[in-house]
Amino acid sequence: MGGEVARVSGPVVIAEGLVDAKMYDVVRVGSLGLVGEIIRLVGGMATVQVYEDTTGIRPGDPVENTGQALSVELGPGLLTSIYDGVQRPLDVIQKSVGDFITRGFVAAPLDEKKKWPFTATVKAGAPVSPGTVLGTVPETSLILHKILVPPGVSGTIKEIASGSYTVRDPIGQLQTAAGTIPLYLSHKWVVRIPRPVSQKLPPDLPLITGQRVIDSFFPVAKGGTACIPGPFGSGKTVSQQQLAKWSDADVVVYVGCGERGNEMTEVLATFPHLVDPKSKRPLMERTVLIANTSNMPVAAREASVYTGITIAEYYRDMGYDVALMADSTSRWAEAMREISGRLEEMPGEEGYPAYLGRRVAEFYERAGRVVTLSPEGRKGSVTVVGAVSPPGGDTSEPVSQNTLRVARVFWALDASLAARRHFPSINWLQSYSLYVGDLAPWYRERLSGEFVTLRQKALELLQKESELQEIVQLVGVDALPEREKATLDVARMLREDYLQQSAYDEVDTYTSIQKQLRMLRAILAFGDREQEAVERGVTVQAMQKLPVRTKLSRMKWIPEAELQSQFDALETEVAEAVAAATATGGS
Amino acid sequence: MASKAANTPSAKVPQVPVDYRTIDRVSGPLLFVRDVENSAYGEIVEIALPSGDRRQGQVLDSRKGLAIVQVFGPTMGISVEKTSVKFLGEVATLAVSDELLGRVFNGLGEPRDGGPKIVSETRSEVVGNAMNPYSREEPSEFIQTGISTIDVNNTLVRGQKLPLFSGAGLPHNQVAAQIVRQAKLRNSTEGFAVVFGAMGITSEEANFFLKEFETTGALERTVAFLNLSSDPSMERVVTPRMALTAAEYLAYEKDLHVLVVLTDMTSYCEALREVSAAREEVPGRRGYPGYLYTDLATIYERAGKIHGRKGSITQLPILTMPADDVTHPIPDLTGYITEGQMYLSRDLQRKGIYPPIDILPSLSRLMNQGIGKERTREDHRGVSDQLFAAYATGKDQRALSAIVGEEALSAMDRLYLKAADRFEKEFVNQGADEDRTIDESLRLAWEILSDFPDSELKRIRPEFVAKYRAHPPVAGV
Repeated sequence: MGGEVARVSGPVVIAEGLVDAKMYDVVRVGSLGLVGEIIRLVGGMATVQVYEDTTGIRPGDPVENTGQALSVELGPGLLTSIYDGVQRPLDVIQKSVGDFITRGFVAAPLDEKKKWPFTATVKAGAPVSPGTVLGTVPETSLILHKILVPPGVSGTIKEIASGSYTVRDPIGQLQTAAGTIPLYLSHKWVVRIPRPVSQKLPPDLPLITGQRVIDSFFPVAKGGTACIPGPFGSGKTVSQQQLAKWSDADVVVYVGCGERGNEMTEVLATFPHLVDPKSKRPLMERTVLIANTSNMPVAAREASVYTGITIAEYYRDMGYDVALMADSTSRWAEAMREISGRLEEMPGEEGYPAYLGRRVAEFYERAGRVVTLSPEGRKGSVTVVGAVSPPGGDTSEPVSQNTLRVARVFWALDASLAARRHFPSINWLQSYSLYVGDLAPWYRERLSGEFVTLRQKALELLQKESELQEIVQLVGVDALPEREKATLDVARMLREDYLQQSAYDEVDTYTSIQKQLRMLRAILAFGDREQEAVERGVTVQAMQKLPVRTKLSRMKWIPEAELQSQFDALETEVAEAVAAATATGGS
Repeated sequence: MASKAANTPSAKVPQVPVDYRTIDRVSGPLLFVRDVENSAYGEIVEIALPSGDRRQGQVLDSRKGLAIVQVFGPTMGISVEKTSVKFLGEVATLAVSDELLGRVFNGLGEPRDGGPKIVSETRSEVVGNAMNPYSREEPSEFIQTGISTIDVNNTLVRGQKLPLFSGAGLPHNQVAAQIVRQAKLRNSTEGFAVVFGAMGITSEEANFFLKEFETTGALERTVAFLNLSSDPSMERVVTPRMALTAAEYLAYEKDLHVLVVLTDMTSYCEALREVSAAREEVPGRRGYPGYLYTDLATIYERAGKIHGRKGSITQLPILTMPADDVTHPIPDLTGYITEGQMYLSRDLQRKGIYPPIDILPSLSRLMNQGIGKERTREDHRGVSDQLFAAYATGKDQRALSAIVGEEALSAMDRLYLKAADRFEKEFVNQGADEDRTIDESLRLAWEILSDFPDSELKRIRPEFVAKYRAHPPVAGV
């Protein structure tokens, strides 16, 4: 099995003399045992991308083949963990080797000593197939971890018992066609292979995020795909974190792929203190973090998105709705480009490898709402939200374009909005969601019949505003008729009082869908009355001075608990104020 | 860190350095050395020239029978026959001790001030290991720079990396020096140090900085690594890493709060491109190597704070944007790594406004952790957002009034127009020695914002408007 290094250049090592080397086998390089993966085989030479810094590696150093492809270990203990790109637990690394990540460090992804209380839900003699729930472990107070029969395994339970187990203790025995095998709380899965499902379902449930511009205008479905491209400073990371915090997924997998170390620290520092609006438990209890920051080895960055999505699929298979945030997929693509460059492959566009589009599409295709592989047809979903960091904010570049081809929601971040601190800086004219039609029945039945109409009306007003703005640029706002000034006025209210939402304000950071409906209705109702008043000769300036306008602009701070009473009062007040203005102004 | 040396495989396999006289080819800054069986990736070599000169280099690519060595310094005088290359069996290190403070070194860490070499048992690898994200402490201590546009709108916190995006002819050096001079924590007397890493700047600029440090008495707290424009460009690839290795020692071993000024990052990237081109690598954008992002990240990410350690590293890199183009790969990739950026604007500079910081494209990502009730003031976030919104609207109106005339604007629009002018003249503009407290800066902000009626101050919580409003709104709007 043992080979040796023939050449080393950055993260790429060429090894010779590896017997039985297969593509994507994991190898250990040098006396430190750096982890790498075989990505090319030519004759007796194997090209390895190494997941750690290769400084000090020299020709002649030993290379060992593990014979296995890159896998993650799936079992209880994943939640609340923080891993690097190849599922090494960063907290364990810190305890063992200190504050800087040293190389060649091996640690079990799941705590091997921790005992989990396991309650068996099948009995000896029961026939089981892939996805059968063998029993449950209360992993956190939010998530009941279901121990599943791994894909590709079936047979009859020979023995199984409730009790207290570590992930290394057998919980029972399974009689398969090939013999008896032990069952464990955890199993391994190769990250580059999607976990199999029984059937994909249409996306007809929205992922409620509490972000007004997203839920109302550009919603994403559970099991859907969304991308957020934007230049630096336009709010990609804050948007991603808001989704991780407030979306109504059961489990969140947050992949920090080649991004800032301090941002991961922020997640680590804030999530344990943030409380899930539904369950009132810390959000950390439903979160898995994958942190491969920009200064960590580039090849592990390439692996990190696969590690993340495999974990997401695992929780999906238990029947949960999982949301995966990948920040940023551009760094993942750049890692591919870097490795490809070192392999001296013929580049495609802008130096990216020719297989960039295929890889991106394969990744997003692992999202979906599915019937899992299970006897009872459990349903679960993986929603993928990928941030894209196009150079200079120009989305005509390959990563953005390849992503737009497969992602069905496009949240276009706009630097000019960010510059005026309009956050979330999602441009309402360029963004789109292809799920609007699929989700309309849900909004009609679960929320209100008028919501879909209100949404459409608001978008039309904003479109009209942009047309009017072009005229204003030429002739000035005073040249417009009052009627159109009123349109500009209500559009401005929509932008400032509805679309703008502060992630840092304790009330404004999350808006329930019910409150979104009431806010939208209040603004558009004011707009209708303003048009009527203007028809009767009231000036827009007079309408702007109404004291009730200040109240409308402060709707975002109405607490969720006082929704009904406060909005009812506000609507009455708007009607009265406008009527009074019409009576005096129109006379 | 002393522990790092133990992690180097070469430290475990002591080797007798061998002289090779087998240079095959010299190409740009690269030497191709034949018959080298097992040089380590990243290994440091010593090159002995026929003239007796010695130069350093580093292995970039190693295979059986060939090592590609990057020479730190000019290749002038290197011959194929008579030059020998010695592989030292170790990677680049810097000797670290207290003695570093007050010294001036060249880009490779050799004394430049005529003083003795640093003798220390502790040698740290200059290519630092990545800080474990789990060990990082969230930066949250507000650094008051005394510059209103930074303190109020783009707050700097300890452990942050906040670059200055500038251009040729803009006063980035003055601004950086002012920040170094005035930066302080409120109510703190903890030890600090300045690490200055210069890549390819002129001797005039270097002297300006050293003199600045001297007049403020910071020189004995400063470690300088100078690679001037006349020095070998290849040294630049190492200079920022030398500076950060010194900074890490001072911060994490000596408990000092270190402010690292790196200038000019553009020269650094160009040196990197030179190496990449010589290696005939597949270029990314504009000829810069595809790994420019990763490479820059290994520099910028060495800012921060660590749980349980007292010191911190705050980075203030300066880069000049070629043709003021922010989409150029250097500022673009930098912006994606750093925690915000401060833009110097040529328009403001032409108007005679100092410091010409344009707040609209500027950003501090860690601002929110450093401001608010306990740290600066409860209304800070709202005031800052409102200034951004008002200034952006005011600038729109300025552009509009240039076309349709000021008369065609509504009364409210004219109010925004006025606010934008006042903002630039009263708030942005300040003296090169003017050290404003955060309260003073916020007071100036309220002077401007108070012209607006309550209904326009949507970004500020109503209770704060009531509490801090400086005067009643302008009548008749």
